[in-house]
Amino acid sequence: MWRFAGKRALAAILVLFAISVLVFLIFFATPGVDPAARIAGRNASQETLAQVRQSFGLDQPIWVQYGVMMRHLFIDRDLTSFVNRGAEVIPQVTQAIPVTLSLVIGAAVIWVVLALVMGVAATAFRGTAIDPIIVVLGVIGVSLPVYWLGEVVNLITQSRLHDTIFAWVPPLGYAPLSDGFASWSLHLLFPWLTLAVLYAGIYARVLRSEMVGAMNEDYVRMARAKGIGEWRVLIRHALRTSLISVVSLFGLDFGALIGGAALLTEVVFGLQGIGKLTYDSLQNFDLPVILACVLYAAFFVVLANFIVDLLYAWLDPRVRNV
Amino acid sequence: MSTSTTSTPSTSATRSAGPWLNAWRHVRRDKAAMAALFVLVLVILVCIAAPFYASSIAHTDAFTSNVNGTYVVDGQTKPVLEASTEGLGLGVNPIGPTWTSQFFLGADNQGRDVMARMLYGGRNSLMIGFVSAVICCVLAGFVGIVAGYFGRAVDAVLSRALDVMWAFPVYLLAICLSVVLINSSVTIGPVTLNSGSIILPILIIGIVYVPYVARPIRGQVLSLREREFVQAAVGAGAPDSRLLRREILPNVLPTLIVFLPLMTAINMLTESALSFLSIGVQPPDASWGTIINDGVGLLYTRPMVAIAPGIMLAVTAVALNLLGDGVRDALDPKARLRGAV
Repeated sequence: MWRFAGKRALAAILVLFAISVLVFLIFFATPGVDPAARIAGRNASQETLAQVRQSFGLDQPIWVQYGVMMRHLFIDRDLTSFVNRGAEVIPQVTQAIPVTLSLVIGAAVIWVVLALVMGVAATAFRGTAIDPIIVVLGVIGVSLPVYWLGEVVNLITQSRLHDTIFAWVPPLGYAPLSDGFASWSLHLLFPWLTLAVLYAGIYARVLRSEMVGAMNEDYVRMARAKGIGEWRVLIRHALRTSLISVVSLFGLDFGALIGGAALLTEVVFGLQGIGKLTYDSLQNFDLPVILACVLYAAFFVVLANFIVDLLYAWLDPRVRNV
Repeated sequence: MSTSTTSTPSTSATRSAGPWLNAWRHVRRDKAAMAALFVLVLVILVCIAAPFYASSIAHTDAFTSNVNGTYVVDGQTKPVLEASTEGLGLGVNPIGPTWTSQFFLGADNQGRDVMARMLYGGRNSLMIGFVSAVICCVLAGFVGIVAGYFGRAVDAVLSRALDVMWAFPVYLLAICLSVVLINSSVTIGPVTLNSGSIILPILIIGIVYVPYVARPIRGQVLSLREREFVQAAVGAGAPDSRLLRREILPNVLPTLIVFLPLMTAINMLTESALSFLSIGVQPPDASWGTIINDGVGLLYTRPMVAIAPGIMLAVTAVALNLLGDGVRDALDPKARLRGAV
């Protein structure tokens, strides 16, 4: 297990390095695009441009530029915005991280619990109304634009029905956990539900198809032959092996959400997370902030994938030898 | 010995129907897939008819702002945009849905007919989704086949490149590329793409999803290489070109076709998200994403501007996904798409 973890950690570091190079090349080496003008923002003066060139070593070879950029980002952590003159970028990012984590982790808990309940129920009551419900939810989940769903939820809870049944919904925005759990979770409730709806159905569908397959396996027949109750067979035997595919799916989705897919949800619900920060810097073309957000997000994605790899190896020991 | 024992009175064909015709028959029996196909064709036809709708039914130009326009209701002439009476009175209130031929869904904040714009926007959304899906499948098919067939160093390089793209969140990659490219014209060799060109989002979206398709294709080619019929062709001395064309490609093609409707749905959603963030389709062009973005500012007063294109998008995506499931069942029931399904 430790050897496996070490190998995966090394691979993760290599991937991170490759991503940083890729992002750097996109911003600094795209043909026909002047990186100094990009960093300085729209309508920058000649002095600003010269300052940017000097600060980022843009007159030097490309690998020196890469080194300078990474130093600003990760070692000195003193990257400053040129659009919002002098604003330090890294503190903005570190302030935004808890918001994104709160949103994604909360939503993930809801959709995983929903998917487990629906998946197990659908397996136990195969061929009943639960099956089509899961299929429909799954198709809707992969078909609805999340930002649009969020806007519709806002329309209902913040405007149309806000005077009656949704009067308890607080205004859009984030309340830190230090202000109390109730306020934190109330502010995040609808963002959580919006995200969870999109994933619960497809997860339940995956879990159901895996579990139905497992119910025909020899070890399930064996468990039944020993006289173990049907529910116990379902939960202790069929569910555990079926979780493997759900875990690998979860790793991809969780990483993708932390690293940008939650952006749309944050924008729609006015949550000041990494995604909203990226969006705001997109609006006024603040390239240092975009760069920092993308690289920090990529870090979390790679970290999430790494943890999932370990979890996967723990659930299925055969993976460790690959 | 004789073929007459197997022939039935109703068929005159001596050959079997072939895999493609069989697959089509399979899809035709699938009620959900056929309903989805019907909805899809309907959406496409309606969107193709956008210029006709704008000129002959709504009598409007969907692309020029109409701030001082007027509209006749019950014999009274009213402005399309009225000064807002709520709050500070700074904004404007476009007319809401009239449910008649003019301004069926109301107007946006520039006084343009939302219904006409939605039909024009649908052309862009559908076109971008489909063309980028084709680009994605062709690129991914090429990369997957080359990596799986030639193996060794070629595979190692291509697979690592795919791994990095896979670990890179799709939206962030698309955002990075859009930010750099969308506001300036780009010259690559002899080709110059103007800023705001619709080709940019197509290329960006087509490229970012390549790993999603290329990885399963590569795996399939790896296992195909070990199969008896391929080994037999190798033993018979067939060159690489013939092996790829006659043995590998025909077996990979069904999987690529299964991916096509699913990728079209995903790409349409991605396009709309990028347009919603104003880094996709650029004004004055429209897509469903840009119209939803226009509608956000009017959400609480004129919700139809944002809701209607979202419904169109969701309906189209549902239809594409159902059709994709049907095509998969028909062509490649064992295909593992979307992670583990």
